[in-house]
Amino acid sequence: MIEMLPPALILIAGALLIGPLRGHARNAVLLLAPALTLWAIWQIPDGVSATVPFLDYELELVEGSPVRRLFATIFALMAVVGGLYAFRTARWYELAAAYAYAAGAVGVCFAGDLITMFLFWEIMALFSAVVVWSGGTEASRRAGIRYIIMHLLGGVILKVGIEGVVVHTGSIDMQPMLATNFDTWMILIGILINAAAPPISAWLADSYPESSPTGSVFLSAFTTKTAVLALILLFPGEPVLIGIGLYMVMYGIIYALLENNIRRILAYSVVNQVGFMVCAVGIGTQMAINGAAAHAFAHIIYKALLFMSAGAVVYRTGMNKCTEVGGLFRTMPLTAICGIVGALAISGFPLTSGFTTKTMISQAAANDGLAIVYLLLAAASAGVFLHAGIKFPWFVFFQKDSGLRPKDAPWNMAAAMVIFSALCILIGVFPELLYRYLPYPVDYDAYTPDKVLFYLQLLLFSGLAFFLLLPLMRRTDTISLDTDWIWRVGLKRIGVLLYRGLAETGAAISAATEQTLAAIGREARHYLGAERRPADGERGFFARSWPIGLTALWIAVLLSAYVFVYYLS
Amino acid sequence: MSKAPDSDHWLVRPTTIRRLWQVSAAVLLLIVLLQIAIKVKGYFVLDGWFGFGALFGFLSCVAMVLVAKALGPLLKRPTSYYAPGDRDD
Repeated sequence: MIEMLPPALILIAGALLIGPLRGHARNAVLLLAPALTLWAIWQIPDGVSATVPFLDYELELVEGSPVRRLFATIFALMAVVGGLYAFRTARWYELAAAYAYAAGAVGVCFAGDLITMFLFWEIMALFSAVVVWSGGTEASRRAGIRYIIMHLLGGVILKVGIEGVVVHTGSIDMQPMLATNFDTWMILIGILINAAAPPISAWLADSYPESSPTGSVFLSAFTTKTAVLALILLFPGEPVLIGIGLYMVMYGIIYALLENNIRRILAYSVVNQVGFMVCAVGIGTQMAINGAAAHAFAHIIYKALLFMSAGAVVYRTGMNKCTEVGGLFRTMPLTAICGIVGALAISGFPLTSGFTTKTMISQAAANDGLAIVYLLLAAASAGVFLHAGIKFPWFVFFQKDSGLRPKDAPWNMAAAMVIFSALCILIGVFPELLYRYLPYPVDYDAYTPDKVLFYLQLLLFSGLAFFLLLPLMRRTDTISLDTDWIWRVGLKRIGVLLYRGLAETGAAISAATEQTLAAIGREARHYLGAERRPADGERGFFARSWPIGLTALWIAVLLSAYVFVYYLS
Repeated sequence: MSKAPDSDHWLVRPTTIRRLWQVSAAVLLLIVLLQIAIKVKGYFVLDGWFGFGALFGFLSCVAMVLVAKALGPLLKRPTSYYAPGDRDD
C-alpha cells in the first residue's frame, strides 16, 4: 500500500539531476527539490501511509507524526538555504552529495521501521563522507577516510542491534525502548556514535572543519540531529542519556576553549549543543522532549548560520585559524553581524531562538527536581557564551587587527546568512511560531521577567569573565588530543611494537634453525668422508684408511654370518 | 602600522573602547540591581539568592577557563602531530 511516496525521493531525484544539469537549470533544481520536499513533508498525515513488502516484513517507508514532520521540515529548509549559500562556489559533486545526504536525513525522519531507518542512515553516512572529501585537500581526504570508517562501524553496530531486536521480538517497528539488553544497547550505541557522544566525539571536530567552506554548513545540520530524532523516537526517558548529554556539554566547551581553528571551535560547540538535546531526551518528560525537538530546530538554524559566517571568512581569506585572522569587521560587516546573531542565538540570549528553546530543557530539568542537572546546564549555558558566543566573533572579527581587508561575503552567501539570522530572531521574538509544531502541547512561557533576568545575569557576567580572562586564552597554533589518539597513534604504536616483536622472534628462530641444520649437515658430511675444516687430518668414518687386519677380520665375520644364515635356512 | 589612532575604525579607537567598558560596567551593575525590583523565584533555594545568576555565571566561566588551561599542556600538540599535512591549517 503506497498512499504517499517518501519525500526523500524528491531530494534524491534532485541530487541525481544536479550532476547532468548546468547553469539555470541546475540552480532551479537546487531551489525546487528542497522546496517540493518541504511541500511533500506537510502532506504526510499522522500514522503509516506507505508500506512495501520486503522479505517477510512490511517496511513502513512513510510514517508521519508531529516530531517527524518538524525535523524533516528543518532538514528541507536547511537544504534550500544551504543550497543558496553554496550554489555559486561549491563543485557539482559536493552539491549532489549534500542533497543526497539531506535526503537520507529526511528519509530517517519518516522511517516507520528499523530497516528503513537503517537504509537512510547509511545513505547519510556515505554521502556525508563525500561532502567531507569535497574539501579537495589532502587533509580532507584523510579526514574523510577516518570519518567513513567511524560511520560504517557505527552502522554495523546499529545493524547488529536491529537484527537482535527483530529476531528476539519479531517486530521491526520503531517504538520506544530502554537500553536493557544487548540488542537495545547496540542500537543505542549505534545512534550515539552519530550523535558524537563520548567516548568517540572526536570524529565530528576531526572531519567537519576539513570540508569546504560550504560543505561544513551542510555537515553541521544533519547527522547529529537525525541521531537526536532517533533518540526521541526510540529512547525517550533513557536515564543514561542524561549523563552522556552532560558530558558532551562540558566536553564541547573545554575543547572549544583550547581550539584555534575557527570552524573546529564551531564543531566542538555542535557536540556541546547536541549534549543539551541528548540530556533532554534522557529526562524524557513531555516538556523535555519538546525542548529537545525545539532546540534541535533552532540549533540547526543558528549553527548553520555560524558555519556560514565562518565559511565566508575562510572563503574570502583562505585562512582557518584564529591566530591568522582578526579585525575583519571592518570590511566584512554583514558577515560579522550575522555571525554575532548566530553567536547570540547559540548562547541563548533573550530575543534569540536559543533562549526560547534551551531554557525549555532547563525548565524540564527543574520540574523534575534534577537540581544538579539544572545547575550544570546553567553553567554550560554560561560556557556556551564563553566559547562560542564571544570567542568566535571576538577572535575572528575583532581582537587584534590582522591587516586583512577581504571583501564581504558574495551576495548568495549574504542572502543565506540574512535569512537564517532573521529566523533566529523571529523564533526568539515569537516562539509560538515554533512551539505550535512541537510534539506535545506547550505550556511554557520563556519570557517571564525572573527567567530573563537570571539568564541576562548569567550571560553578561560570563562575558565579563571572558574579557577579564582574555590573557589566559591566548590562541596557540595547536591541535588538541582526543580519544581518537587511541586508534590513530596508540593502536598504531602497539601494532608496530607487536610487529617488531614478532619479526625479531621470527628472525631468531630461523637463525637458530639454520645453525642447527648446518651443524647436522657438517657432521653428516664428515661421517660420509668429508674432511673437517680446518683440515685436521682426520677424515670421516668412511674415508679413513683402515688396517688390513681389521678388514680381514670384518670379512671373516661377515662370511661366518653368511654361513650361519645359510645353515639355518 | 604607524597610522594615527583616529584614522582607524571608530569602534577600535581607545576612547570608544573606554566608553564601552564604562557602559558595560553600568549594564552589569544594573542587571544585578534589577533583582531588587524583579523577584527571581528560583527552582531550588540556591538560585533565588541575590545575584546568584551573575556569580554563578562568572564563577563557572572562570572554572571552565582554568580547567581548559590546566588541560592545555596535556592535550595540546603541534598541528603536524599526526602527520604533516594531516590538518589543513
